[in-house]
Amino acid sequence: MNRFPLWKNLLVLVTVVIGLLYSLPNFYGMSPAVQVSATRTTHIDETSVTRVKRALDQAKISYVEARLVDKSVRIRFVDTDPQIRARDVVQKEFGNDYIVALSLLPNTPAWLRAIGAKPMNLGLDLRGGVHLLLQVDMRAVLKKAEETATDDTRRVLREKKVRYQTVTRGEGGSIEVRFKDAVERDRGLKTLKNDLQDVVFTERQRGADYLLAGRFSEAALKEKKRLAVQQNITALNKRVNELGVSEPLIQQQGEDRIVVQLPGVQDPAQAKDILGRTATIEVRMVDEEAMTGSGHAPPGSKVYRTRQGGQIILKNQLVYSGDNITSAIESFDNQRNSPVVSLVLDSRGGAVNQRVSGENIGRRMAIIYIEIKSEPKLDANKKPVVDAQGRAVRETVRIEEVISSPVIKSQLGRRFQIEGLDSMKEAGELSLLLRAGSLAAPVEIVEERTIGPSLGAENIKRGFQSTWVGFAAIIAFMIVYYLMFGVTSSLALGANLVFLVALLSMLPTTLTLPGIAGIALTLGMAIDANVLINERIREELRNGNSPHASIHAGYERAFGTILDSNITTLIAGLALFIFGSGPVRGFAVVLCLGIMTSMFSAVTVSRAMVNLIYGRRAKLERVAIGNTRWEEPRPSQPPKP
Amino acid sequence: MEFFKIRKDIPFMRHALVFNVISLVTFIAAVFFLVSKGLNFGVDFTGGTVLEVNFSRAAEVDKVRESIEKLGYRDATVQNFGTSRDVMIRLPLRKEKADAKHDEIVMPALKQIDPSASLRRVEFVGPQVGGELIEDGALALFFVSLLIVVYLWFRFEWKFGVAAIIANLHDVVIILGFFAFFQWDFSLTVLAAVLAILGYSVNESVVVFDRIRENFRRMRKSTVPEIIDNAITRTMSRTIITHFSTQLAVLAMLLFGGETLHYFALALTIGILFGIYSSVFVASPLVMWLGIAREDMMPVRKEAAADERP
Repeated sequence: MNRFPLWKNLLVLVTVVIGLLYSLPNFYGMSPAVQVSATRTTHIDETSVTRVKRALDQAKISYVEARLVDKSVRIRFVDTDPQIRARDVVQKEFGNDYIVALSLLPNTPAWLRAIGAKPMNLGLDLRGGVHLLLQVDMRAVLKKAEETATDDTRRVLREKKVRYQTVTRGEGGSIEVRFKDAVERDRGLKTLKNDLQDVVFTERQRGADYLLAGRFSEAALKEKKRLAVQQNITALNKRVNELGVSEPLIQQQGEDRIVVQLPGVQDPAQAKDILGRTATIEVRMVDEEAMTGSGHAPPGSKVYRTRQGGQIILKNQLVYSGDNITSAIESFDNQRNSPVVSLVLDSRGGAVNQRVSGENIGRRMAIIYIEIKSEPKLDANKKPVVDAQGRAVRETVRIEEVISSPVIKSQLGRRFQIEGLDSMKEAGELSLLLRAGSLAAPVEIVEERTIGPSLGAENIKRGFQSTWVGFAAIIAFMIVYYLMFGVTSSLALGANLVFLVALLSMLPTTLTLPGIAGIALTLGMAIDANVLINERIREELRNGNSPHASIHAGYERAFGTILDSNITTLIAGLALFIFGSGPVRGFAVVLCLGIMTSMFSAVTVSRAMVNLIYGRRAKLERVAIGNTRWEEPRPSQPPKP
Repeated sequence: MEFFKIRKDIPFMRHALVFNVISLVTFIAAVFFLVSKGLNFGVDFTGGTVLEVNFSRAAEVDKVRESIEKLGYRDATVQNFGTSRDVMIRLPLRKEKADAKHDEIVMPALKQIDPSASLRRVEFVGPQVGGELIEDGALALFFVSLLIVVYLWFRFEWKFGVAAIIANLHDVVIILGFFAFFQWDFSLTVLAAVLAILGYSVNESVVVFDRIRENFRRMRKSTVPEIIDNAITRTMSRTIITHFSTQLAVLAMLLFGGETLHYFALALTIGILFGIYSSVFVASPLVMWLGIAREDMMPVRKEAAADERP
């Protein structure tokens, strides 16, 4: 009766082997590496690998391997000294259009990689780094959108010759249009419904006034919020590239928040500076006379750098700035068969644009992308300057770059297109920069967690130490208390640990310190199932049942209890996962996974072993589960069913 | 080896009232401290900044405090953290400067005291986030309780569900009472521990309830208190050993886990100790007082009897 069918034994064997294989990569450790990845203008392929290899060979830097992984070249080294030298060599070889970052790569052997095995992702609290939670200021986004919509309302009505009296921004973000009579209002409503689909207008009457009250539709609001977050994410991506982080994570969280995780970044101040930069767009006329003539900037003009690395002379007079741009979208113009970027300006920008472009047909208009950042002021010795209160003095630095200088072909207005772009990729990038410099909503840091690398390493050490000590203590106790059944329980517990580690390595989860605590706690709780079973077997034996019947009944009877008790813990774990954030979530994931693996290991794996040991013997006199002969079968108890 | 050689059932239910009075007193004391002293909420909940700074030699906490006050921070707390060379600085939220730049202001000042000062950890939580975390925590507590009651109702009987949740919420309140009394730092991880304990000690009650249900089937002539006494006595050995094993793991965490896991492990320890007590001495009498009877087990019996055949 205590034998498993073959398939059940095989199932246990196969799961244990798979578990071992997939948890194996965690034991190989990490080695220093350099990672080369492309920015938006460049790309990485097999030839880049050859380039890296050639450059390193020339510089006589030895490396373990260089290969292409996920559109980046990863070069592994024996220790950190060649790693740092290699970074400089590679950066020089590839130039600033590529991101060259120091990183750590797992030493997973190729045969394990081939089956997709990889080590667990470690959270920032274990590897060190900066975690930021940014919140996009939606009120500012909506305010700007309302202003634009108000302008648009006026324009649409004027263009369609609808006679309105006033257009004002009412309370709570509504737009109010006043008409003299109902007929004109009906015309207005019809026109606006056609031309301004984002806003829903409803008719109102106040005193003698015929009103239309407009509000953004739910869909439009949602879209505006989504775009605001999206633009910020793109802008952040661009800036994070500069930090040279190997595996940055930039992700939307909830409706209006963005998580930024920068593993390995040790200077949170620098990271925040770069992320906190604001960008803007300025449009100026190209000084054609100076460009064709001397090439020097005359008074009233200035030399700028272009994105392509050249120089261009622009007049100092500002035409309009990013504040005036309300949208920039790339698209493919089927008539001209070329990619274009469509721009929309607000009414002020439109008016200026109309006048200036009318006067300058045939000349070039330059779009400058300006990034403003604040960084610690340095003295001549490159030491930070400190003021009387000991605070670091900061200065604002402007980085200016001409991203495009199209020729004006005709008089422009509020809506116009930039043509002559080489590819959709270029168009996409230009519109992105235009948006980043114009609409990006203000963000605020609402949460920051920075863990130094030494603390991270310490946390790993402590976490694993407590897990192992706890594990060893439990095993020792189980074996002393339950003898052979203690051994099988311990092996089952070991299998549970293996399953848990394998699952955590296979799933896209991140292990944090509370996660390690979760592992330790699950081990303590997983043994509960085996204690329940073993106690039940002892009791059955005590009641005078045969060893075989006792083992069988022990496992069968205990199972219902194990299921119930684990489900309640699972409920707690799921609630923690749903409502928890950050560290709590990491703990909850491990807790839930641990409960599920323990059900299998404590019941099936341990049973398989008990069956292997005892199941083959037809006549079993006694089993090694500790002394159970201290009590006679109780006469009061009815016989077993 | 065998620790518990209990031949006769221990008459727990005869003393049920005493146990519950003890529980009630502990519970009232916990509530009293929660109300009078309140929880010492960590930066996760209140918002603010925590800096952990490491010095190359023993840190002069007074000097650090003085220089931070000079920067204009009132109500900053400075204390040693783990070792004498580590200092933890807590800065409360300030209205005029609700951004994450405090480390850049504080570090240069500390470097003047000791150039070796290095920043090990920064945590900044803005006012927007802290409130949400408390809300989410309370929601989690509520849903865990609700789901557990529903599950036990479905699996056993509503009386079991109610008894279990009362007993275990009582554990939660007592853990919180400890944190209030000693003014230990109540952080997100401690909250996780508290919720885990809720699941864990319900698990404990379930084991006893399971036995009670089984005994109702088996011991047809016995009274309800006898049935419960037998269930508790029979599961006693398992209860103690399981908790002992879990406590071994938690103890390792308490001893080797470092400062970050300290309060987490502490909350679990208190929870495990009171979890044993409450599930045995509180939950079971509650079931009895709620008037559990053999008839309550009828529908479940058919079901359970069906899957009991080997």
